[in-house]
Amino acid sequence: MKLDTSLVLKLLALAGLACVPLAGADFYTELIAKTLVMAIFAMSLDLLVGFTGLVSFGHAAYFGIAAYAVALLSPKYEAASLWLVLPASVGLAALAALVVGLFVLRTKGIYFIMVTLAFAQMFFYVFHDTPLGGGSDGLYLNVKPTAEIAGFLPFDLDQPTHLYYFILAMLVLVYAFLARVLQSPFGRVLVGIKSNEHRMQSLGYVTFRYKLAAFALAGGLGGVAGFLYSVVFGFVTPELLSWHQSGNVLLMVILGGMGNLVGAVAGAFAFVAMQEVFSMWTKHWQLAMGLMIVAAVLFMPGGLSAVPGRIKRALQGGSAHD
Amino acid sequence: MTDSRNPEALLVADKITRRFGGLLANQDVCLTLARGQLHALLGPNGAGKSTCINMLSGDLPPSSGRILFQGRDISGLTAAQRSLVGIGRSYQRTNIFPKFTVLENVRLAAQSRRQQPWRIFSNAMRQQWMLDKARAAIDEAGLGGRAERIAGVLSHGEQRQLEIAMVLATDAQVLLLDEPLAGMGSEESAKMVELLKRLRQTRAILLVEHDMDAVFAVADVITVMVNGQVLESGPPAQIRASIAVQEAYLGQEDSFHV
Repeated sequence: MKLDTSLVLKLLALAGLACVPLAGADFYTELIAKTLVMAIFAMSLDLLVGFTGLVSFGHAAYFGIAAYAVALLSPKYEAASLWLVLPASVGLAALAALVVGLFVLRTKGIYFIMVTLAFAQMFFYVFHDTPLGGGSDGLYLNVKPTAEIAGFLPFDLDQPTHLYYFILAMLVLVYAFLARVLQSPFGRVLVGIKSNEHRMQSLGYVTFRYKLAAFALAGGLGGVAGFLYSVVFGFVTPELLSWHQSGNVLLMVILGGMGNLVGAVAGAFAFVAMQEVFSMWTKHWQLAMGLMIVAAVLFMPGGLSAVPGRIKRALQGGSAHD
Repeated sequence: MTDSRNPEALLVADKITRRFGGLLANQDVCLTLARGQLHALLGPNGAGKSTCINMLSGDLPPSSGRILFQGRDISGLTAAQRSLVGIGRSYQRTNIFPKFTVLENVRLAAQSRRQQPWRIFSNAMRQQWMLDKARAAIDEAGLGGRAERIAGVLSHGEQRQLEIAMVLATDAQVLLLDEPLAGMGSEESAKMVELLKRLRQTRAILLVEHDMDAVFAVADVITVMVNGQVLESGPPAQIRASIAVQEAYLGQEDSFHV
C-alpha cells in the first residue's frame, strides 16, 4: 500500500498542534489558539475565493456578526448554553450572508469586491454607531458559554486548555466538513463556476443559486470563527467587522495559496507569525509586513500550498520552472 | 408555428430579430430544426450567424420574434433553462474547463441532468450514473482512451470533440454547434464530419460552419444569411444553384466550385 505523505503530514501537524498546551507557555498557547481561529476564518473565505472564484472583501462582517451575537445573546452575569449560542450565532452569520448574497451576487469582478466591502462597512457602522453594539468600545462577554447538558459538563471553556482543544476540534471539523463538501456534486459545481461560469450556465446550472448557497455557507463558517474569537477574548469591538479584518483574512488565503484548505491554515499561521515577529522588531512593522507579502506573491506564486510540490520536483531532479 | 409539413420539427425560430442600438444584427430570421436533419447556417463574416445561434441558445434574448421548442414558446428561458429542456450548444471559441480532466468536464455536464445540490456529503466521483453517462458521451464523441487527460493539454481537435461530448452528456435533442471544424486539420475534420453524420440520426443539429466542403457533404438543409437576413434556404442543390447566393456570397469563393 502506498503511503499517503500528504495525510501523514497533516496528522503530524495536528499532533504538533495538540501538544502545544503541554508546553505550559500560556502566552503561546493563547497566540496559537487565536491563530487557529483565524485559520478557520481563512478556510471559510477560501471556499469563496479559492474554490468558487468569488473574491469577497467583506468577509469580516460575518465573523463580526457571530462574535457580537455571542455577546448579545449571553445573559450579563450568567453563562449561556454553548449548544444554543453556537448554532444561533453561526445561523445569524449565515442568514446575514444569505441576505447580502442576494444582492452582491448579481455583480461580478471588481464590482463584487466593492459591493461586498460596502455591505461589510454597513454592518460595521451598525455596531459602531448604534447603542445595540455598545458603540466603538464594543461589548464584554463576562461569562463564557457553558457546555453543560442536563447537569453533565463534558468540557469547560473557562479552562484555557479545554478551550484550546475545543478550538482545535472545531478547526478539524470545519476542515473535514469543507473537504467533504468540495468533493460532493455541489462542491464540484462551485469549482466549475470558478473555472468557467458561462459554461456552467450553458450546461443547465443556475449558477446564482449555487453561489448563494456557497456565500451563506462561507458566512456561517466565518461565523464559527467569530464565535470562537468572542469566547477566547471575552469582548467584541466593531474592529472585528472592519475592512482591515476583511483584508487580513484575504491576505491569509492568498499567502497560503487559494483553493487549498491546508494552505489557508498555513496562510493564517504565516500571517500571524509575521505580525508577531515584525512588531517585536520595529515600530514600522506594517511596512515590513507589506513588503513580505508583496515578495511572497511575486516569488511564491500559488502560495505556501504550492511549496511542497516545488520541493518535490526539485528533489526529483526535474526543473522547477512553472 | 409548428410546421405541419414537418412533424418532427424540434426547434423553430419564428421571425427572430435582434437589434444592437441602431444595428439590425438579425432581422426576421426563420429557421426550422428537425430531428434527423443537419441544418447548416452559412454566411460571410458579420452576416449574423453568431447572433442567431446566441438567440437560439439563450445567450442573447431576441428583440422580437418567438423561439419554439416542440411547439412550446421558450423565448423567455435563460441559457440554463434551455439546456435543461434539451438544447445543447458548443462554442466557436473552445469553451471547456481546461484544468479538469476530460472525464470531469463531461461528468459535470452529466450531473446537470439530476442536480441534487443539497446532497453535500455524497462523493461526486462515486455516483455511478454520472460516470456511466459521461463515459458513454466521451466514447460517442470519439474521445475514448482520453478520459483521464487534462482537457487543457488536448489537441485543438480533441478539445472540439470534448465540447461535443459535453453537449451529448446533457442528453440534448437539439445540438447548436458553432464552427466545430474551425482550426482543424483535414484528418480531424473528416472524423468530425463522420461524427456529425452519426449524431444527426437521432437529433436535430444546427451547424454554423465556414468549411464549404464539409457543409455540402453533410447538410440536409442550408440557410444562407447576409446582412442579418435569410437570403436563401433549402437543400444543398438549391443553394448551389441559387444565383442570389452566388452573387452575394459564394461567388467570391473558389472552393465552392468543387
